[in-house]
Amino acid sequence: MKLSHKEVEHIATLARLRLTEEEKEKYSGQLSGILDYVETLSAVDTTDVEPTSQVTGLTNIARADQVIESGISEELVACAPKSADGYVVVPKIFENK
Amino acid sequence: MSELHKLTLLQAFTGLRNKEFTSRELTEACFSQIKKFDDQVKSFITLNEKEAYEQADAADEKLKNGDSASPLLGIPVAIKDIFCTKDLKTTSASKILENYIPPFDATTVEKLREAGAVFLGKTNLDEFAMGGSTENSGFFPTHNPWDLQRVPGGSSGGSAAALAADMCFYSLGTDTGGSIREPASFCGISGLKVSYGRVSRYGVMAMTSSLDTIGPFGKTVEDIAVILKYMAGQDPKDSTTPDVVVDDYSAEIMKDIRGLKIGLPKEYFVEGMDEGVRDRVLEAAKKFEEMGAEVIDISLPHTDLAVAAYYVICPSEVSSNMARFDGIKYGLSKRDGKDLLDIYLDSRAQGFGAEVKRRIMIGTYALSAGYYDAYYNKAMQVRTLVRQDFEEAYKQVDVILTPVAPAPAYKLGEKIGDPLKMYLEDVFTIPASLAGLCGLTVPAGFTESLPVGIQLLGKRFDEKTILRAGHQFQLVTDYHKQKPQL
Repeated sequence: MKLSHKEVEHIATLARLRLTEEEKEKYSGQLSGILDYVETLSAVDTTDVEPTSQVTGLTNIARADQVIESGISEELVACAPKSADGYVVVPKIFENK
Repeated sequence: MSELHKLTLLQAFTGLRNKEFTSRELTEACFSQIKKFDDQVKSFITLNEKEAYEQADAADEKLKNGDSASPLLGIPVAIKDIFCTKDLKTTSASKILENYIPPFDATTVEKLREAGAVFLGKTNLDEFAMGGSTENSGFFPTHNPWDLQRVPGGSSGGSAAALAADMCFYSLGTDTGGSIREPASFCGISGLKVSYGRVSRYGVMAMTSSLDTIGPFGKTVEDIAVILKYMAGQDPKDSTTPDVVVDDYSAEIMKDIRGLKIGLPKEYFVEGMDEGVRDRVLEAAKKFEEMGAEVIDISLPHTDLAVAAYYVICPSEVSSNMARFDGIKYGLSKRDGKDLLDIYLDSRAQGFGAEVKRRIMIGTYALSAGYYDAYYNKAMQVRTLVRQDFEEAYKQVDVILTPVAPAPAYKLGEKIGDPLKMYLEDVFTIPASLAGLCGLTVPAGFTESLPVGIQLLGKRFDEKTILRAGHQFQLVTDYHKQKPQL
């Protein structure tokens, strides 16, 4: 299977990656090679085989619903490129009409 | 005591207690070794000298008063730069986190801090642990102390190389598909991948959440037994850690291995593998027999499908985990564009390296509408088959003995242009990862002057048995005592 530039572009857009023309060229070859390889799985008979998504056997781990102060909320917010008054500043996404 | 850096963790511990030297002297010995050789090996991204000496002095004070029982007190450690360390830059070897300083410690780091460890610095890795050679670091590649032209393995290559070069007394790594076991083998040291869920991953940056584990590198298996005791156990902050008893590893490893059943899977001795590697594993099997173990031929029939399943599961989970890097909450933020979408696109384009982008795109494709069943679900079904192979095998044997990688350390640049070739290096480490097993690399000799390790795979949460087999092996061999000539 050969991924076209257009397909690579589409995947990159879904993944929020901006690619250069050289990257599109390089990745269409490399990604096609990797996908061809993992394609070998399609030959395996997996009728009635349950998928394994994790191996812990644990389900629904919940703790008591209590507030636990991290004590570092200000420091965490300060990690953002832009913050003010304890909030992360993000660009405006709605236009005023 | 001019050669303090050569001591094992336990020797350093004994010397500290007997007042033969101080923690400050141990710390000086490590930094002196780093200054002499790390411009060639390139194992550290960040050094932590100021805090390390403060920790050493605090440890010396405690030792003087005799008021701590922790064997890790005052012993210098190197930490893979994927573990968050409070107030110390943590990059995951990615440009997207080049200046990130976490305001908190990973649980394991916190545990070591409480035990009085000395943090020397943060070691290099393949960006976000994606790779097997440390060449995918966003900053620089690390070199193998045994041959500087060669890779140290990866992704925990910095931690492995630093320990092999005696720049620390133990180090921390992570292992998703082989990232502790392979570099341990390439660098001639011991390294443990714990069972999935054995050690908390809180504060360690996620790559493949259903597979990621963390663990120690040691100069001996005996050292690893000591360290694991301090890392293992349930953590309320990591809901994948079950409440399973943490064994007294240091006591368990003292038991002999008479009657231990060791399986040798025929699928791990394939055509094209390095003869030296194969011979070292078979010699080790013979040695185990001499020590009273029973070696049994077994079969793990779905072995050859594991890599393909892994390279669907891993990129799929990567694409999801890497979505958090958006240029908004932390890390690199490019704001020259016109809108929010431009911030995402530009920050990620400039922040991520080639391998990270490749995996994000493979994963995005595999999880996209219409492909989920063909790729991700299929891979999870094959994962079940691989897991069942091991479950069958462990009805017959206690431990499985295999090679770690098909060949010893290769040259820098040799495989970097061909990602698929690089992926196939993981053929012997990935199956156990899919099954969530524990695995230990132990040095077992050399092929053409390069170290070769054996891999001992244990049942889930049965670290004590592989550590025991590894320690007993080191009692009758001296491969782990060999040192590279720097």
